[in-house]
Amino acid sequence: MFITPTGEEIFVVDGHTHFWDGSPANQLNIHGKQFIDCFYAYHSSLSPKDKLWPKDQFEKYSAEQMYQDLFVDGPDDMAIVQSTYLTEFYKNGFNTIDRNAEMAKKYKDRFIVNGAFDPRDGERALEYIHYMKETFGIKGVKLYTAEWKGDSRGWKLTDPNAYRCFELCAKLGITNIHVHKGPTIIPLDKDAFDVHDVDHAATDFQGLNFIIEHCGLPRLDDFCWIAVQETNVFGGLAVALPFIHGRPRYFAEVISELLFWVGEDKLLFGSDYAIWTPRWLVEKFWNFELPEDLKQEHGVDLTPQAKKKILGLNAARLYGVDVEAQKAKLAKAPHPIAAG
Amino acid sequence: MGAPLLEHDRKASEVWKCLASVTDPELDEAVTELGFIEHVTVDDNDGVDIVFRLPTYWCSANFAFLMADDMRKAVSSLPWVREARPRLRDHMVAEEINRGVREGKPFGEALKDFAPGGSLDELREKFHRKAFERRQEFMILALRGVGFEDPAICRMDLRSFDDIDFDAEEVARQKARYRQILAERDLGALPGDRAFVTYEGRPIRPHEMTPYLQRLRGVRINMEFNSALCRGLLAARNGEPDVDKAGGASRASCAACGSGCAGQSVALPVVSAEKHSIVPS
Repeated sequence: MFITPTGEEIFVVDGHTHFWDGSPANQLNIHGKQFIDCFYAYHSSLSPKDKLWPKDQFEKYSAEQMYQDLFVDGPDDMAIVQSTYLTEFYKNGFNTIDRNAEMAKKYKDRFIVNGAFDPRDGERALEYIHYMKETFGIKGVKLYTAEWKGDSRGWKLTDPNAYRCFELCAKLGITNIHVHKGPTIIPLDKDAFDVHDVDHAATDFQGLNFIIEHCGLPRLDDFCWIAVQETNVFGGLAVALPFIHGRPRYFAEVISELLFWVGEDKLLFGSDYAIWTPRWLVEKFWNFELPEDLKQEHGVDLTPQAKKKILGLNAARLYGVDVEAQKAKLAKAPHPIAAG
Repeated sequence: MGAPLLEHDRKASEVWKCLASVTDPELDEAVTELGFIEHVTVDDNDGVDIVFRLPTYWCSANFAFLMADDMRKAVSSLPWVREARPRLRDHMVAEEINRGVREGKPFGEALKDFAPGGSLDELREKFHRKAFERRQEFMILALRGVGFEDPAICRMDLRSFDDIDFDAEEVARQKARYRQILAERDLGALPGDRAFVTYEGRPIRPHEMTPYLQRLRGVRINMEFNSALCRGLLAARNGEPDVDKAGGASRASCAACGSGCAGQSVALPVVSAEKHSIVPS
């Protein structure tokens, strides 16, 4: 719960969080080291100085700390925790659904655990989707189209195998397809940043929501063009939002652009924890006002209503969370840590 | 300081100037300005080593390849250079890129073990378009800023465009960059040609200007955002304070559009052979 300076309570769903193990003990190779190092560079280059973590804490943190950062010190009411396997870099994976679900079950009503699959696994991917639905009751998945696998250097949402997976997701009610279209793990392909496959998949699967994480950065312009045409394409603000601290003007330009093309009903807050912690992000976002010249140039505004939608109501709608009921539930349950 | 040393400095300085013409295709900004070049050394046989490092180990191999190749071509064009050897370091496919560029191989061949074959021409074209649009938007906004109406901009020919004097140094610099990309694209060679056409060479009608500029604005914001991200990551990687951040305020008040898109000082590290202190990784 975020309390505004005027005392208003804002329901916050953190649309993008991780519970990873990137520690040297879990690293399989140099890629594992460079991967977490790169995350740490994002953390250090965009965080306020007083929010910087030591490297070893960043590499691996406990479930208790995550809970504390998000829900006790932080303003989140709920958090969507994404699964990322990266088993070619990390011995036990980076943050698998099993690891995430194990953590989440300690904290009732707080986490929405999302799965992941790789359509290149063919039949096994379909079986895995069934397994995740039955075991964890997932409503969403996070997909990395640029991930390496054997000889393959990535895949597209429009691949026939991917379509088979989407058909199954639609059938099982796994309706939220988060797609990592942002700074990519191994963008070796000629153009692994391309976002145009989203366009076709979103048209062909009207019953699914495609949440484009990081708003397609570094292809924000292409993403905006697609999102404006497809009613079921959303933008996740992770990575874009931290600019609000060091480079507020860039953030203002980006959010204006997103409000203009994508609209306030289709943008989702995400801290990308543990790259960033949610408190300062939410505080700065709530206090942020668009500069007058951008309001006029774009004909948009970041109103309190728009902020509420972005901070929680949009994600709640996608995941079928009844906000009032959830608030009441959380108000009754004390923080398990505080309760001992 | 002896004469040979001065000679080396002069040559290194020429190389730096030359490298300033090489851009990151995704950002349309000079690799020197982005801080990618770590050092330049000229050996006694007029061979030139250019060591560069990108913001992350994962930076797009295709762009890394294009930059290395452009560096080699640009520096090789200096008459005294016998061999230009760009060397990318600390990147997941540094070795393949360095070897490929040294041997003059196309991208698809140099990285055949990693990427599907094919050339980068299509990608280069895509980013050439974005660079064109960003530079063009800057000039249209600059003209609007000094009082030109859209119909006048739409029908302006190159002769009139060339005759306009902009007081702001940055606008003058961007004007030259826009003229350069027009020429590269074979758009507007003669004084009577239109100064502002689409990338396909189609005239822009006054009533189309607003939606046209809305799209171009998206291209610019995207490029600026990527540039800010890249600079921040490189600074974090090099363990340095983000030098660019300190200059943020002046950048944000660029004369033409107030966007900060190009209000950067062109700080060429002319003689200094080592711009960045590098933390070994």
